[in-house]
Amino acid sequence: MSQLSKEQVSLVTNMAKQLRLDIVKEVTEAKSGHPGGSLSIADLVSLLYFVEMNIDPKDPHKADRDRLVLSKGHAAPAVYAALAERGYFDKGELWKLRKINEMLQGHPDMKHTPGIDMSTGSLGQGISAACGMALAGQIDKAAYRVFAILGDGELEEGQVWEAAMFAAHYKLANLTAFIDANGLQIDGPVASVMNVNPIDEKFKAFGWHVLVVNGHDVEALHQAIEEAKQVTDKPTAIVMHTVKGKGVPAMENQVGWHGKAPSEEQCEEFLKAIEEA
Amino acid sequence: MGKATREAYGATLVKVGATHPDIVVLDADLSKSTKTNEFQKAYPDRFFDVGIAEQNLISVGAGLAAAGKKPFVSSFAMFATGRAFEQVRNAVCYPKLNVKICATHAGITVGEDGATHQSLEDIACMRVLPNMTVVVPADAKETEAVITWAADYVGPAYVRLGRAGVDDTTPDGYVFTPGKSLQLRDGKDATIIACGALVGSAIEAAEILAKEGIDVRVINMASIKPIDKVAIAQAAKDTGAIVTAEEHNVIGGLGAAVAEVVTETTPVPMERIGTQDTFGESGTPKELLAKYGLSAEAIGQAVKKVIARK
Repeated sequence: MSQLSKEQVSLVTNMAKQLRLDIVKEVTEAKSGHPGGSLSIADLVSLLYFVEMNIDPKDPHKADRDRLVLSKGHAAPAVYAALAERGYFDKGELWKLRKINEMLQGHPDMKHTPGIDMSTGSLGQGISAACGMALAGQIDKAAYRVFAILGDGELEEGQVWEAAMFAAHYKLANLTAFIDANGLQIDGPVASVMNVNPIDEKFKAFGWHVLVVNGHDVEALHQAIEEAKQVTDKPTAIVMHTVKGKGVPAMENQVGWHGKAPSEEQCEEFLKAIEEA
Repeated sequence: MGKATREAYGATLVKVGATHPDIVVLDADLSKSTKTNEFQKAYPDRFFDVGIAEQNLISVGAGLAAAGKKPFVSSFAMFATGRAFEQVRNAVCYPKLNVKICATHAGITVGEDGATHQSLEDIACMRVLPNMTVVVPADAKETEAVITWAADYVGPAYVRLGRAGVDDTTPDGYVFTPGKSLQLRDGKDATIIACGALVGSAIEAAEILAKEGIDVRVINMASIKPIDKVAIAQAAKDTGAIVTAEEHNVIGGLGAAVAEVVTETTPVPMERIGTQDTFGESGTPKELLAKYGLSAEAIGQAVKKVIARK
């Protein structure tokens, strides 16, 4: 299995930092949105968009592209930032997030945003759509891979487990689901609101290949994705232990930053913290 | 009595499957009832059972469509549109994905299974969704025409099918066009606008009324969305009174859709035959149609009532 080169590690790390800066600015400009769960997936999103995925910003709909379904659609600021940094659209769009008559919707909209493969936002549905895409790839014997990113709180949706059964039953080995296990949901810690743990055992029981990694370690994430490619008879779930709000110390592990925008002053402070990290 | 529309659905799927290699069929453990098992026998590689999981059924369909396939997804109307309503809204209609939801066992003629399985609100739930086309074929021949159209139409569509046999009313050579109704009988005193299983009953009612000297126009409004506004306005203008007939709640269904057009274009008296904001119960289809006021006799009474209000 290939390892990331030093250049790749440096690119992904630098871009993850850039995504975090973008996320904080986007949400501040929008005066609403979900910074915590966007920051927790910034390392993964950077890795996927800058190393892992076979995509072409000049041809967002090319048939053999890898697909990403952001099943936890509220983390859109992270993906929007990656799409802008990859050149899918002008970076200026990021500062118009959630504004009327503008392109970037509060949750991903595949019809109007280049690079978005599925409209999501209502939790639990994206993983099923990712299954459909993976099934289409299997029918066509296509080489593309389908990635889905779910939240740990999202696993409380029953539909996730309908999809989990389906993916294993049809041996969707081209599907990799990342679980952003940041441990927090709107009403509090996942373990106290509605405990979904143990996540890894659940996916194993449903017939998935399961890996558990530190979701902020891009080399470990890369190794997990490489391992998933070697599995030919089942889908892979990569359970990522992450810190909600990662990169902004004042936001880290704070449930209050799930869906709240920083003030202008806080934004300055947070951007500085990211820069200096 | 002719074949059930679900029978024609299964047979036509096999036909269009031959010419459309991108058609994929999904079912949720009801393929013997919805008749998608016919497609499964013909093209086992393009049929996928999702098990008893209707939310996943609809969303997997959305994913297949997003990746370029043409999914036909089937279950009972109750579950495809009720259990999975939000998936239909957010994963299919909002991104305008090419998913055909062909649901069987709609309406009260489900019969003995009773209220939990008798979908009387699916037309309302589906027609309220932006980007959705809603079609209720009247008989086997029209179902064949509708499924043939659906195989080439790009975008979300809901096709409402029934369990029980229905009267054949569609002429040979019929081609389905969304937004176009089919006039089955002309008349000057009133118009009956019906869909699905009640089209046959509407004709029966018109024939009974004719013997009493009442001359009624009958229109099959299979395309509920888009609806044939021209034909509705013309019927209101020519006959001055309209009765609608459907095996669905009068709230939100065909009657409501026609009333919207009538009030906005050509206000005339209307009566709506349908279930009157109530659930059904177990019984034979015929018994239920009689008890819930969905018979040819009930339609005839409504015609007399509406004419008296002119």
